Amino acid sequence: MSAKSQNTDNAVSVRNVYKNYGDVQALHDLSLDFPRGQLTSLLGPSGCGKTTLLKIIAGLLPASSGEILVNGQPVSGPGPDRAFVFQDFALLPWATVLRNVAFGLELRGVVKSEREAIAEKYIADVGLKGFEHSYPHELSGGMRQRVGLARALSVDAQVLLMDEPFSAVDEQTRRKFQEDLLGLVKNENKTFLFVTHSIEEAVYVSDQIAILLPRPSRVSEIIRPSGFRHKDTDSIRRDSEYLDIVDKIWSSLRTYVE
Amino acid sequence: MAGKVIVMRHRSFLLKCLSALLVFGSWEIAGRVPVSFAFPTFLESMLALWVLIIEGTLFVAYAETLKPLVLGVFISGVLGIGIGLWVGLSKKFDWLVSPIFVVMQTAPLAALIPLLVMAYGIGLTSKVFVVCIMAMPVIVLNTGGAVRNTPISIKEMGHAFLGSRSDIVLKIILPAASPIIFAGLRLGVSAGFIGAILSELKITPTGVGDIITYSRSIADYPTMYAAILSIILLAVVFLNLLERMEKTLFGGLNKGYVTD
Ligand SMILES: Nc1ncnc2c1ncn2[C@@H]1O[C@H](COP(=O)(O)OP(=O)(O)OP(=O)(O)O)[C@@H](O)[C@H]1O
Ligand SMILES: [Mg+2]
Repeated sequence: MSAKSQNTDNAVSVRNVYKNYGDVQALHDLSLDFPRGQLTSLLGPSGCGKTTLLKIIAGLLPASSGEILVNGQPVSGPGPDRAFVFQDFALLPWATVLRNVAFGLELRGVVKSEREAIAEKYIADVGLKGFEHSYPHELSGGMRQRVGLARALSVDAQVLLMDEPFSAVDEQTRRKFQEDLLGLVKNENKTFLFVTHSIEEAVYVSDQIAILLPRPSRVSEIIRPSGFRHKDTDSIRRDSEYLDIVDKIWSSLRTYVE
Repeated sequence: MAGKVIVMRHRSFLLKCLSALLVFGSWEIAGRVPVSFAFPTFLESMLALWVLIIEGTLFVAYAETLKPLVLGVFISGVLGIGIGLWVGLSKKFDWLVSPIFVVMQTAPLAALIPLLVMAYGIGLTSKVFVVCIMAMPVIVLNTGGAVRNTPISIKEMGHAFLGSRSDIVLKIILPAASPIIFAGLRLGVSAGFIGAILSELKITPTGVGDIITYSRSIADYPTMYAAILSIILLAVVFLNLLERMEKTLFGGLNKGYVTD
């Protein structure tokens, strides 16, 4: 819709991707572009293949056919240009918050003092200052998710792949995280791919929303909320365009519920 | 908090003393009844143990027994964890190798000993083999199972953050599997002790096996029981050392494995 989003180049392009798990066809001829510096949400019912698509983009799963381009280059595996925030956190239970956050850098061979300095900065950024030496089992679900987010941020990848990062937190915390995420998109100049179940959340945080159909999954619709992006975080939820888009998405998705 | 922990430690120590008292007390009573002519009392056995110690017989015997035991347990530990790791990482190798260890674990060892003696003679080699046959299968199978069952999501995380194959094995799979690997080691070490004594009873009577065989032949039952008791004590000490090692290696994060 907006001229801005059509002119920017794409950080990630998905071209005619198919994915089968044995007989189960998870993705069917899916194509989608992710504009650079923007946040794109993948919204769709449970089991429609959102995690599958994100993992294929991450290079963790091979596509059955089709192609993924990151900065114009085809993807054949994980790369330093992408970082993943896992739906189930994927923290090392025997490692402290500090080591978990620094783990991405540790695997890249960054020396200990340097990687811990970077990790400490991001631990503070996500609001976990003081918990550096706690273990994951001592943290709440929301705090664990923030550890996963800090780990992804600390490797400084251009593309952040976030699989339902806010699903494990209560509504108040979730709203706070959503506001923080808008701040991140504005300040970090990264491309965000964001999976969510929540229509409101998708509309609130996204520059572009891709609505996926149930299995076998394709993109049924792309929506670009544009009118309220510049507004301050509090007034977005009362904006009439915001409410209209939420309604519109609900009416197109409700046919698939039940 | 700290006070409570100390009380708990105290209590677990008291409980241990109490259960030792109970076991030894009933042993003493059973010996006095007597249950059997060949069953000495606890005090007689302790006295015999004391004699074995001050005469130095026990140390000479253990110098002999510990050779195949330590060697066999060491080989089983290193080789067993190595093979187990490989079994857990590669389906093909698992298919090829696991059945051997399952057979080894279930095979009647007494029937294998004559074959070992024919192949390797009556020396140290055969005894080390017996210890390994006893100790290795459980170490291999436990390690393999633990490695296979590493949560997929943390392996995937290592991959996503560009970990190399060896990074993923050393920094993710091994620590994740370590509690079960150590459980296997403990079982393997216990089995190794049985193997070492069995080999001394079945191949050539040396070391502690010799004390047992000889004292039985002259009906010196207190000495025989003293020798058996000393093995049990040594096994407990060994298992505690292993647990200490696990705690220092993995920071005591793996809770709930207490053998003492
Ligand atoms: N490893 C697998 N083997 C077989 N089938 C799988 C596998 N992983 C996913 N699937 C199937 O593929 C489909 C898509 O799964 P996926 O996890 O991508 O869904 P999702 O959209 O992320 O769901 P949710 O919102 O519940 O997380 C599901 O129907 C699932 O049954
Ligand atoms: Mg999912």
